[in-house]
Amino acid sequence: MIKTTRVLLAASLAGVLAITGCAPATNTGEPVKVSMWSHAAGNDQEIATVKEAITDFNASQTSYEVVLEEFPQESYNDSIAAAAASNSLPCIIDVDGPIMPNWAWSGYMQPLQISSTLEESLIAGAKGYYNGELYSAGAWDAALGMLVRKSTLEKVGARIPTVSEPWTLAEFDGLLKAVDATGDYDYAIDWGNGWTGEWYPYAYSPIMQSFGGDLINRDTFESADGAINSDKSVAFGNWFGSTFAKGYANAAQTGDRTEFIAGTIGIQYNGNWAVKDALEALGDDLLIVPPPNFGSGPKIGAGSWQFGVSSTCENAEGANQFIEFILQDKYIVAFANRIGLIPATAAAAAEVPNYAPGGPFAIFVELSNQFSVLRPPTPAYLKISTIYEKAVADIINGANAKQALDAAADEIDADLADNKFYK
Amino acid sequence: MVSLNNLNRKLLGQSLKSRSARAGFLFVFPAVSMMLLFLVTPVILAFSLGFTNAKFASPTEPSFIGIENFTEMLSLGQVSVEADPNDENVAYDNLRTYTKPSNASPYAGMQILSESYSADGTQANFTVAGDALFWKSLFNTLVFAAVIAPLQGGLALALALLINSKIRGKVFFRTVYFIPVVTSMVVVSILWIFFYQKDGLANVILDALIPGFEPVSFLTSPDLALPAIIFMSAWQAVGFHMIIWLAGLQTIPAELYEAARVDGANSWQQFRAVTWPGLRTTFVFVLIIISIQAMGVFTQINVMTQGGPLDSTTTFVFHIFREGFRKNDIGYSSALAIVFFVIVVTISAIQRRLTRDKD
Repeated sequence: MIKTTRVLLAASLAGVLAITGCAPATNTGEPVKVSMWSHAAGNDQEIATVKEAITDFNASQTSYEVVLEEFPQESYNDSIAAAAASNSLPCIIDVDGPIMPNWAWSGYMQPLQISSTLEESLIAGAKGYYNGELYSAGAWDAALGMLVRKSTLEKVGARIPTVSEPWTLAEFDGLLKAVDATGDYDYAIDWGNGWTGEWYPYAYSPIMQSFGGDLINRDTFESADGAINSDKSVAFGNWFGSTFAKGYANAAQTGDRTEFIAGTIGIQYNGNWAVKDALEALGDDLLIVPPPNFGSGPKIGAGSWQFGVSSTCENAEGANQFIEFILQDKYIVAFANRIGLIPATAAAAAEVPNYAPGGPFAIFVELSNQFSVLRPPTPAYLKISTIYEKAVADIINGANAKQALDAAADEIDADLADNKFYK
Repeated sequence: MVSLNNLNRKLLGQSLKSRSARAGFLFVFPAVSMMLLFLVTPVILAFSLGFTNAKFASPTEPSFIGIENFTEMLSLGQVSVEADPNDENVAYDNLRTYTKPSNASPYAGMQILSESYSADGTQANFTVAGDALFWKSLFNTLVFAAVIAPLQGGLALALALLINSKIRGKVFFRTVYFIPVVTSMVVVSILWIFFYQKDGLANVILDALIPGFEPVSFLTSPDLALPAIIFMSAWQAVGFHMIIWLAGLQTIPAELYEAARVDGANSWQQFRAVTWPGLRTTFVFVLIIISIQAMGVFTQINVMTQGGPLDSTTTFVFHIFREGFRKNDIGYSSALAIVFFVIVVTISAIQRRLTRDKD
């Protein structure tokens, strides 16, 4: 008995020694590696800012070392899903706002542990909540608008719309027809349909909402029937498809979207990240105007890419520290200056000349404040997004809008039932 | 002495035998373990997952659902409804009373596969399916395989014959034809997206060849997208099969040609009587390889069209991929994979049987 106690004592002593011996070692020795994945490969300015923050963070303390891996956006979500299946998620991930509830529900993510002052200072579009808990936080929000040349509008005699008085459906229809009739352009409008994936619901479901439709019944999130295939949603589908059928837009639009700046397309529906290049190329001739009011007021999507911590992260403390670090105003300002996105805090916005009142990007803050709508914050959104993308792609290629949206409603409802309504 | 010698020989022989067996085992070990890990295991997984409702990423545990995936996949139905020749929506609205999931009907939740109208336009006949894309993708894949096998095989043979003749710069041409094979399919696909655009190279060439040609956007036309991808795919891999034909051509003894020439055979007769019979085994190999590869077509679809426009280029493997990885429905996509496996094995077996007797 005495012997055993002694052995136990010795063992626990050794353990204590080991622990205490270890503690200073982490400070002086190798920092713990914290892996991070980013969707922004190929997006030079964005990834440069992320890398800058990582370098600064790694230099600022000795406990953690953030190690970045870059993925192209098209395959990022698939990579995360595959990594989760094989239990090899990185520690820090970035996540597109509307996808976050699904990843949280799937158990990929854990709630953030960042300071409440930081949480409060972020604008709504830069925070992601699921079941009342903060799972993701970002350095920016994005906003969509219409890019057009002042000279184009003057030539066809169209008025310049404002946030308080946007174009109406009839006005916009007339404008597309008139721009097309000038013969100056290959196509009147570039909807961005060359971008696949999340862009479709991000860009087009707000237009559908502006018509009065929606992706899903938002009171229960348990059925899409009567929402995505409602008369108003179908009206959107018919109209949107008609812009392609009439030759105003190109169903074979490619993803590089340089035609507007090159002057072969009249109007471009695009986000604030695209404005910088257009501004440099067109200068004073460039106008950023709100999307038209299709009946229920102009609408644009809210919620962009944000940072989160994976559920399997063993160094969640380091991950949270890094997220707090990269959400300092100085990086938020850098993101805003370089990629033209809306700064996530008011303090940062004040430091970005483009977003100061009267600045060329200021309209996006207004658009974001007044017209932004969230994509349905439900775990089912991942499927809704894929199904809606296919429905809109079919409509662009000439499918009957009612049939395409009915099929989408059936498929979403079947999926909801299949997953027990994601409860 | 003699017996000792014998014993020695016996012992030596045995140890050699067991040593070579061990060496043999070591040599095949890497290959066998890889096959077990990356071929046999996934096949077993797919076979078992096909009978469950497993989701790729979901906190809920998968459960066994028997053959439900297969009944949904393979179910078909015929529905006749009243139509109005003046309003195309009437027939669809009538059909919808059967196919709307919330309705009590044997066709609830089914999708339109095809439709036809009676001569006076007052009646519409719909074929509906539990998974319309299953049938569409199966059809597209079979079309792809049926067209590409003769196209690619024939083109490759023609190139091999050209290269096999005594011309200067043989190596140069062989290299040129082989370059697309060693180029990544993703890269090739991206390049061909540009070729197939309305102002792309394909239209420029057709415009120069055909007077008054109207440029078309190949990949957004439901009628042209699949032919365009077939053509591109045939071009991409033609060099590979050319090399195989070439190897076959070089096994034909030159004396046979000499004898044929002495008998006064012209080039066509030489091809018919000497070359073609000599290529019999090569033909069987090329045919089966092309068919199996064609049935699995995926990369170019994923890069170029994502199965569109209007499902016209959705192939079987792309359908499996989309169900499994985009919609996370691993159970259903495994069921699809089982059916795909059965189809490919059947086609290969039929091909073997048809070509066996003449081997």
